[in-house]
Amino acid sequence: MADSRTIPPPLGDALLSGYRPRAGVADELLRPDGSLRPVWQPLIDVLSRQTPEGLAQRFARGDQYLHDAGVYYRQYTTDGSTERDWPLSHVPVMIGADEWQRLSAGIAQRAELLERVMADLYGSGNLVREGLLPAQVVAQSPEWLRPLVGIQPRSGHFLYFLAFEIGRSPDGSWFVLGDRTQAPSGAGFALENRIATLRIFSDHYPQANVERLAGFFRQFRDALNGLRDEGSGRVAILTPGQETDTFFEHAYIARYLGFTLLEGEDLRIASDRLAVRTVRGPEPLSVIWRRLDSRYADPLELDENSALGTPGMVAALRAGAATMVNCLGSGVLETRALLAFLPGLCERLMGEPLKLPNIATWWCGAPAERDYVRQNLDRMLVGPAFSTRLPFESDRADLDPDVSIEELLDREGERLVGQEAVTLSTTPAFVDGQLRPRPMTVRVFAARTPQGWTVMPGGYARIGRTGDAAALAMQQGGSVADVWIASDAPPESVSLTEPATGPFVRRMPGLLPSRAADNLFWLGRYVERAEGLIRLLRAYHMRLSGGGTATQPLLDYLKTYLGTYAEPDDPVPEALLDLLGAARSCALRVRDRFSPDGWLALDELEEAAREMAGTRRAGDDAARAMGDLLRRLAGFSGLVNENMFRFTGWRFLTIGRSLERAHAGAELLRVFADDDAPSGAFDVAVEVADSVMTHRRRYSVETNRATVIDLLALDDKNPRAVVYQVALMRGEVAELPAATVAGRMSELSSALLRLHTELQVVAPEDLDSGTLAGIRDEIAALSDRLSAQYLA
Amino acid sequence: MLYDIRLSISYDYDQPAAAGRHLLRILPRGLPDQQVISGRIETDPPASFRRDGTDFFGNPTTEIAIDRPVDEMTVSFTGRVQREVTDSVFDLAPRLEDLPGEIAGFAALGPEAPHHFLGRSDRVHPSAEITTFARDATRGARSVLGALTALTHALHAEMAFDAEATEVSTPTLEAFNARRGVCQDFSHVMIAALRGLGIPAGYVSGFLRTLPPEGRARLEGADAMHAWVRAWCGTEMGWVQVDPTNDMVAGNDHVVVAFGRDYADVAPIRGALRSSGSHSTRHEVDVVPVNMERPSLDSVSTY
Repeated sequence: MADSRTIPPPLGDALLSGYRPRAGVADELLRPDGSLRPVWQPLIDVLSRQTPEGLAQRFARGDQYLHDAGVYYRQYTTDGSTERDWPLSHVPVMIGADEWQRLSAGIAQRAELLERVMADLYGSGNLVREGLLPAQVVAQSPEWLRPLVGIQPRSGHFLYFLAFEIGRSPDGSWFVLGDRTQAPSGAGFALENRIATLRIFSDHYPQANVERLAGFFRQFRDALNGLRDEGSGRVAILTPGQETDTFFEHAYIARYLGFTLLEGEDLRIASDRLAVRTVRGPEPLSVIWRRLDSRYADPLELDENSALGTPGMVAALRAGAATMVNCLGSGVLETRALLAFLPGLCERLMGEPLKLPNIATWWCGAPAERDYVRQNLDRMLVGPAFSTRLPFESDRADLDPDVSIEELLDREGERLVGQEAVTLSTTPAFVDGQLRPRPMTVRVFAARTPQGWTVMPGGYARIGRTGDAAALAMQQGGSVADVWIASDAPPESVSLTEPATGPFVRRMPGLLPSRAADNLFWLGRYVERAEGLIRLLRAYHMRLSGGGTATQPLLDYLKTYLGTYAEPDDPVPEALLDLLGAARSCALRVRDRFSPDGWLALDELEEAAREMAGTRRAGDDAARAMGDLLRRLAGFSGLVNENMFRFTGWRFLTIGRSLERAHAGAELLRVFADDDAPSGAFDVAVEVADSVMTHRRRYSVETNRATVIDLLALDDKNPRAVVYQVALMRGEVAELPAATVAGRMSELSSALLRLHTELQVVAPEDLDSGTLAGIRDEIAALSDRLSAQYLA
Repeated sequence: MLYDIRLSISYDYDQPAAAGRHLLRILPRGLPDQQVISGRIETDPPASFRRDGTDFFGNPTTEIAIDRPVDEMTVSFTGRVQREVTDSVFDLAPRLEDLPGEIAGFAALGPEAPHHFLGRSDRVHPSAEITTFARDATRGARSVLGALTALTHALHAEMAFDAEATEVSTPTLEAFNARRGVCQDFSHVMIAALRGLGIPAGYVSGFLRTLPPEGRARLEGADAMHAWVRAWCGTEMGWVQVDPTNDMVAGNDHVVVAFGRDYADVAPIRGALRSSGSHSTRHEVDVVPVNMERPSLDSVSTY
């Protein structure tokens, strides 16, 4: 078949025609003479065979993956934070395996050096006593945490997982811009970058001889499992929570490695034992991979204002209750001023020179160094000595802006460092369809294993926004890229899972922290409460509109009832927005247990309601708006019911919904099936309980008290009936841990049994308003019983 | 002086507060010029877990846990302390411009090292205003000790004692700008001023004798735990304690409980109970001289 479209030619030589590295800057792609470095040849061949459209399609595949996987980062601005798309630069950085091996040896040496420095700073203190490190450099660091001094880690090691921000000098050698020792992030993002980049080059990658990343993660996972108490205790990842910019990565790594993701509130310390508060009671915890900065870990001994920590954590570690990865206080190794002394410390502690140098740094607390910095200000970055930020994350703003650097050096030299204004290498990135040299740094990761330090074969590259190769320019942000370590031979194939040799074993989900259960339970309650309010609002506004036949007494009656929940004159009342907001914030706190679609549905529901507020008018308009919200709500409920795994977490969500529905049902009947209720009230009850059709089919008569009570309270086939919801709760509660203790029913189970029996035996005519109020209160008491048993 | 000391801190909660952990620093320190003859810490309700220890700065600590909700909690200390401070202080301090050299020469990071007590700490941040005040107040001082004395006088003259003006969380600069506050504010301003001059300075929490000796005025700060300041006056002299709230050298009227960089290091109770309602706190302190020459040996008990 003839195709009349003209097929654009592949990029060919045009790919590199505009690529011109600046003089005096090392380039990853091209040698100084302009020839291609061999390690890039295969990738450049692939790229040049593409048409511009083909390339765009490939890049779109990578971006689509990131979007579908929900990879985002949180950006903080003056008016809050927003989630932004992941800025992937689609061309990976290529590094040869031989070069990488030499680099890795330098990384491993540096990791070991940092371990020894840490052991000294929190142990013997010899480095200060011997004059190798000025006392002030340690004492003035906000990350040297005195309560940790003297605590020996029970495993014998302080550091387990480190990152190093490295760059390449104009002479081609690598150097370290900063050591990341606190709780380094980026490894999970590196994995996601790899998966996305693999989608882009899915045809090329399998034969590109690129080292795989999974082996590194498997080794570290096994190492962490090996640190557990014998026979018991779990490994968990401790996150500061949803509001952190790297939360996505915490949740991702936890899922990838099969560790539980916890927040400080989930932990409990009793008699020097560390435990997770779960719905099954306290579960022992023996290894914590900390993604929380040290000083927030314990409000008792560290930052007193921390709401993220666990009171007593430091004391528990002092007593050897758990292994902390990395040990608390490790942030001191990130202190900028320390970089000035690492070369000397390496000689002293390792008996050999540093293999991988760091950015030249001078601590201005010493006269000679201060003078040197003063005389070379034109090629220096001067910044706070005790900052833990990277050199290009300049913090001149932290210094007094009204005072010149020279004067600051005189006045408070000990608080300053000078760092060489370094130049980075450039690497190719697509800019407006053209390959352009852009500066880069690479974050490299090292993990401790029983065999020693191992370095991830790859990394997390940051690519500068402009062609300016001065390291300082990196602070303007830019994009990120995958790093491919390529060799001549195919790499060893590894994946995270061991090859299946034995029979298939079905793995059940891990433990459910009480905090997560609490949020799921309340998510269920808030969503159901919102639904009830929406139905009530719809019933009211339908009757308000002109065509209605409602009598004034009924309207007043409805309005009074509605008034106990929301401002009745407001078509989209604040109380409804509050409920949806509360549901959203519960869901946010358990987002790692949720499908992205379910989350999105709830998010959109709340947004739709906010848009309606203030624009919808009372009557028909508001009634239609409520109908719209109900359909969206059904979408959310459907996603949850269809897709959520039927395990303990789901049960709490379901119980929350049932409890709220049963409670609201009893209250609705108490008011609208009351003998004194105005005419038309029975119909309101049936309508708000969404049972109009059922009533019509079940009873060939108009609504009367007996039919309404029977249908909405006692009919065990009607999902809107109180008895139905109570039976449902009974079933779910029976499946919860400790539903019976030593053969006896728990208080919650027996309360449910009593209530269920009462509803099964009572006659409709005996269910007067007083009895219904009693039932309503018994349902409310179930919530307290459940909280006391599982959520406290 | 021999004192019988009683401290009680009570919390009343409107709503029962959840179980919690606390870290107490209310037991006086043993020091060359201060011996703790006896001392007992009690809590009501009784703690379900308790451990005594020592913190980085050598202060006695007590960790307690209470494992059930409470609507009232009282922490108390009763004890007897012998305090004998030699009155005269010879000025062996270096000149202010020689102090940085002595600090740099102190190559150690033990609890007495001056390095901890410079620059910024949790509650004391460097402040240009306070430093300017300190420079003006110490113009002409010939030694570090001279500067310390001049600053103590100047601050006492500058700031008014006012129990209503500040709270425990009031920032130092705010209290300085208002020129009023309690012993905690006086001490924090004094520390910021000293550090502004490059003099290592720390916070001392403790007790003050309740009733003065006959013929002397009652001191400010005696009805709750008190706070004062210590400053490092060079290798030869070491640490010197002054009480800026009462414009005096801290001596036999002052019983030391804890040393730290600022209040955050020595707070008598860390770790609030979580409660949905509000709570009120009550502090009571009695520091009474014992009318006997020396304790007999069999009344000595360990704490």
